[in-house]
Amino acid sequence: MTNILLHINKAFDHRIRLGIMSILMVNEYADFNMLKELLGATDGNLASHTKALEKVAFIRVEKQFIGRKPNTRYYASDIGKIEFKKHIEALEKLIKNK
Amino acid sequence: MLPRKALKKLNYKKNLPKSFFYFYFVIQSSLIMSTENYLNDISEIKQLMNKSSRFISLSGLSGILAGTYALIGAAVAYYLVITSSEGHVILNGSLYKLIILDMILILFFSIVTGFLLSSKKAKENGESMWNSTSKRLISSLLTPLLAGGLYILIILEQQIYGQTGALMLLFYGLALVNASKHTIGDIKYLGYMEIILGLLCALIPGFAFWLWVLGFGILHIIYGSVMYFKYERK
Repeated sequence: MTNILLHINKAFDHRIRLGIMSILMVNEYADFNMLKELLGATDGNLASHTKALEKVAFIRVEKQFIGRKPNTRYYASDIGKIEFKKHIEALEKLIKNK
Repeated sequence: MLPRKALKKLNYKKNLPKSFFYFYFVIQSSLIMSTENYLNDISEIKQLMNKSSRFISLSGLSGILAGTYALIGAAVAYYLVITSSEGHVILNGSLYKLIILDMILILFFSIVTGFLLSSKKAKENGESMWNSTSKRLISSLLTPLLAGGLYILIILEQQIYGQTGALMLLFYGLALVNASKHTIGDIKYLGYMEIILGLLCALIPGFAFWLWVLGFGILHIIYGSVMYFKYERK
């Protein structure tokens, strides 16, 4: 039990953060608006969660301009992908153990 | 925190069995609760992965209609050839131009129907019609399709006839297989079937017309019905 709980990652312990990682696992990148639309989060809420994930280096952020509009793209980092997989496996084990 | 408070309240030294059960209940129920949360997490993860990478609103009904248009178009072409004085298609004659027009009309109506029905379905699904998944779907579908279409027009211009039906089926099949990773459903298998039909068509040109009818008409109707009953009717 404690072994499994070790792999439950605190960084993913929120619906929005879990959502961001899920989207970035299957897409090469996602921009801010795409994440917002898919997750149904507000700007401020989403920004704080992406910051948190960026801080632990699970996602990579690239800012650029498309025309005159600023555009922020998010990529899952290699560490982020590995940690996310571990987290999912732990979740699945927890469910199976019940 | 809660169990300890609860234990104090129940004065567990005097009243062990009762508080023990209470404690057991709290742990047990919190475990059940969290398992349920994790299950929700997992299903939400799966849903987001699908929704963010696949366009889910491709309408099955539009497949049925596209197949029907193809059958009508094929019947018209058949009728034109049968009733023409020559009895077979003479290339660069007026009959040939009519048949090309017929094919373009089929394509046009199929695309319009597909677009309208899919956008209606997207609205029902709360998905926007023009998002990153639909863009990817369209670009991966159109790349082989446009390349193939232009190639067919070029070789027709060079008066290389006879493989048009096979090439249409082949390129269409390849386009479907290529696009299948951006949508749900079994569109990949439809693509494989079209490729096989295209190769058969090249092998036995005498049956080209009927293989074309099978590939663009009947297969579309079957595929559309399967999609419709599997994913749309609940």
